[in-house]
Amino acid sequence: MAILHRITALLGSARWLSPLLFLFAWEAGSRSGLIPERTLAAPSKVLSTLLGMAVSGELVDNLWVSFLRIAIGLAIGVTIGVALALVAGLSRQGEVAVDPLMQINRTIPTLALTPLFIVWFGIGETPKIALIAFASIFPVYLNLYSGIRGVDLRLLEGARSFGLSRAEQIFHVILPGALPSLLVGLRYSLSVSILVLVVAEQINASAGLGYLINNARDFMRTDIIVVCLMIYAVLGLAADALVRAVESRALVWRPSIVSQ
Amino acid sequence: MDARSTGYSRVAPPQFQTAQLQKAQPVVRLRDFTRRFGDNTIISGLDLDIAPGEFVTLLGRSGSGKTTLLRTLAGLDPTLGQDVTVPASRAVVFQDARLLPWKKVWRNVALGLRDGDVRARAEGALREVGLGHRLDAWPLTLSGGEAQRVALARALVREPSLLLLDEPFAALDALTRLRMHELVLSLWTRHRPAVMMVTHDVDEAIALADRIVLLDEGRIVTQERIEAPRGERSHVARGLRSRLLSALGGHVAESPSPAEIIALHAGGFA
Repeated sequence: MAILHRITALLGSARWLSPLLFLFAWEAGSRSGLIPERTLAAPSKVLSTLLGMAVSGELVDNLWVSFLRIAIGLAIGVTIGVALALVAGLSRQGEVAVDPLMQINRTIPTLALTPLFIVWFGIGETPKIALIAFASIFPVYLNLYSGIRGVDLRLLEGARSFGLSRAEQIFHVILPGALPSLLVGLRYSLSVSILVLVVAEQINASAGLGYLINNARDFMRTDIIVVCLMIYAVLGLAADALVRAVESRALVWRPSIVSQ
Repeated sequence: MDARSTGYSRVAPPQFQTAQLQKAQPVVRLRDFTRRFGDNTIISGLDLDIAPGEFVTLLGRSGSGKTTLLRTLAGLDPTLGQDVTVPASRAVVFQDARLLPWKKVWRNVALGLRDGDVRARAEGALREVGLGHRLDAWPLTLSGGEAQRVALARALVREPSLLLLDEPFAALDALTRLRMHELVLSLWTRHRPAVMMVTHDVDEAIALADRIVLLDEGRIVTQERIEAPRGERSHVARGLRSRLLSALGGHVAESPSPAEIIALHAGGFA
């Protein structure tokens, strides 16, 4: 009885059950010939391809290339975004100088810049990194800027009443107060950078995940395409987990809204 | 001393105390102070002296200019060329505690302190308000009363010569408020800063103050000096209360409650 009870309890909250059933259906469809391989490879085939690519080092090498593009692009973009947001957020003149330009630029869809960047930077690594950098500036800028401006004025006044200098007010009140917004911006930047990576890597790449996908398309290797799609999904999840980890460290002072 | 305040004094002052107060230079001195926002005159032609160690409560209706006056004394508003003297060492406790939620309690108290063992000083101040066990707590986990005690500790750790309290207990429940009164009085007796407390609660003012200043439409309407020791004020409270309330333009309906509140303060801070 107890075992039966435990099984029903387990199934009752089993969120993994429906994806698993989906995989089984997919596999059965492929095995029975209902889904031809050139449309979509079977999960088992995808898994063996994944293992094969991992063992041969093909996957790791290309993933590393893509990872570097994201890392460098993000580092540049986030740095610029943070710097501009500090300038615009902390000074009236800075706001007048920076904010209108940023508001105009952010309306440009980043991917529409691809042709221009190719003309400027050629087809090497530079346009890919530049696209990622450009796209990741805005989420960070917009969120940090509004975070700085949204800092509780009463707290600022309290700090002022204790004789804190402007620099101390920025360090102790404004920046910590804007940190949650910065982290939201960072999360957006990460997901945007992965999105841009997918497109940027289609520009005449000779390595990277996009290159793998392009190649696989030419040979109609749906298994490799699915593997790459999985990798993109995992990258997105990993990026989110990274920001969550940073958040739980940096925002420990927040009482958890959802009780454990 | 401000001549007017002695004029309104009802109870004969003990001689030595008045002499002491008169000898010392006032820590706060305002002459013909006026504050406008656009065409709106908030405070006009105000004279105010506060002696070192004096406990003044500022009473008035909403919009009477209480908070504006307090902000001026706190140095939060500009005083452009007016005759305003306030001490350099002053501290404010606001109605909302205004603790930085991202700093632990003791760091909030230590905010802006530069010399000496900052942690030890913050710790000492927090022990004094009875929060020695919550040094490393996050402000958002404190109750309203605890947060306000931290705010008091944060103000007192600076050893201010002027302590400004802006309706600090308005948001607390009645019992917590009475405990806070006791605490404020005991801290005041120990550290002896001049205190200016803004309140709209007549009983609170009577229970705590050396002098009550009543503000209406930006002018001092009346001042009352209370010489009876705290805790033995029930006999003056009734008369004071009705005078203050009628000066405020309120209807005076005597109930036994003010005497009870004052009785709760008996025993300790005389």
